[in-house]
Amino acid sequence: MTWRTATVVGLHDETPTARTLALVVRDWRGHVAGQHVDVRLMAADGYSAVRSYSIASAPNSDGRIEITVERLPTGEVSPYLTQDVVVGDELELRGPIGGWFVWHSDQTESIQLVAGGSGIVPLMAILRSHSSAGSGAPFRLLYSAREPRVVFYCDELRALSNQGDSVVITYAYTRVTPKDWPRPAGRIDASLIATGTWPSTLRPTSYVCGPTSFVEHATDLLIAAGHDRERIKTERFGATGERK
Amino acid sequence: MNASVNYVDGNAAGGELSRIFAVDITSAEGQCANCGAKRRFAEAHLYLQCPGLVARCPVCGHVLLRLANIQERVFLDLCGMTRLTFDTTKQSNATS
Amino acid sequence: MAIISRGFSGRRSVADAKLPPGQYLTIDFPVLSAGPTPHISLDRWEFTIDDGSNVLKRWDWKSFRELPSETITTDLHCVTRWSKLGTSWEGVSLDVLLADVKPDLPYAMFRSYGDYTTNLPVKDIINKQAWIAFKYDGADLEPEHGGPARLLVPHLYLWKSAKWVNGMTLMPHDKPGFWENLGYHIYGDPWREQRYSEE
Repeated sequence: MTWRTATVVGLHDETPTARTLALVVRDWRGHVAGQHVDVRLMAADGYSAVRSYSIASAPNSDGRIEITVERLPTGEVSPYLTQDVVVGDELELRGPIGGWFVWHSDQTESIQLVAGGSGIVPLMAILRSHSSAGSGAPFRLLYSAREPRVVFYCDELRALSNQGDSVVITYAYTRVTPKDWPRPAGRIDASLIATGTWPSTLRPTSYVCGPTSFVEHATDLLIAAGHDRERIKTERFGATGERK
Repeated sequence: MNASVNYVDGNAAGGELSRIFAVDITSAEGQCANCGAKRRFAEAHLYLQCPGLVARCPVCGHVLLRLANIQERVFLDLCGMTRLTFDTTKQSNATS
Repeated sequence: MAIISRGFSGRRSVADAKLPPGQYLTIDFPVLSAGPTPHISLDRWEFTIDDGSNVLKRWDWKSFRELPSETITTDLHCVTRWSKLGTSWEGVSLDVLLADVKPDLPYAMFRSYGDYTTNLPVKDIINKQAWIAFKYDGADLEPEHGGPARLLVPHLYLWKSAKWVNGMTLMPHDKPGFWENLGYHIYGDPWREQRYSEE
């Protein structure tokens, strides 16, 4: 897998601290929803840093992908990608990477997506792939975020859940909830799994993504609810949500 | 930062390991040489904040694999796994 | 050909201090680890010196902290290229720990809680070159930086300064530890840029 040149063709702020970068990648041969890319930055003196970012966009054939980057205050790469990069800049990119945490549009079983914070990014690619493929597979998303202000893709998620009954979305907030929210702020728990996700008897394939501690906690809850470990796919983003 | 969750998982090693393996390793099933647990490599606990990359068994913590990029060479130690099972019908790294 | 990212410099400072070759100055203190941070309670902690067959010396936390200690101000050089200057520590010198230790074997393998090991010539850990450090910057050493106690051997790359140190085995021949047996240099002098094994 070689490093390729990617040109920034679009920038869009999802939240005050997260930005989507649209990239046209030289010789891109497409991807499967759930895969990620490695982005390499190099300073003039040769110092380089590599970070992994999930592809947010659905598979397509126009050589263009989107990644959504959350700015971490102590990050080395995310401040550059979310604040300094401008349209026309070039980045080096390797990928697409990953063969386990992926959803193919020919999968017909029920799907449970569980996102913690920026873990929504690869799951958004899966949702977008599901929509663009016209898949009828029953989908549910449980999306845990600190507060409504930091929810990514909220308009698009609202549109997806309003069109037909193929995607059901449950939100959970850990610090600040919207006014009159029925559930107090807090981590996801067994009762939320019971009401906000597919029952294990449906034998869904689950995709859990977010910071490491979120993924461990959510996976434990799913297994306690009767889900088979082998049907739970996970992707951990590290303690702060940044890989590496 | 809670240092006790200072790991990611095997998915994040996919890029580095694609330089050596022709097929995706993250979906391969590995068996831990220490405790015998069989898990997908994607589930391995991966430590990247060190002079290399270290993958540990998610059950017992034993080192499964270590990789270091040393000048033009890649050093790979797979001694912690007794077996890796690959499905070669899955997407090949060579196509990317 | 690699692309230079316009305006990217990373989290580094301008180096006007003299650094070993290939290093850059950092003002923060990166936390590097090959595994989970062990949490060792002080009532279980011990440091032992053995020769492969017999335990020669053993200290628990209480007896270890009764040993004479000293403050050290020194520079750190990590093989991942960051250097941090003027760090201050408090620790017990290996000269104190090795006083009256026989036999006279020339190499040592340090081991840590968890599974980390690193090897050193004994001549590099005596004569005020190495300490078992338990305080950093005036406060108890945090677990993520190797607390309750870590080895500190500042004249070599920082991977030789084993965190969460638990003991040492004296050996007649040098043997590679955790990073050394993957391909890192058996000795690790930053001033001669000995990052990697020459084999």
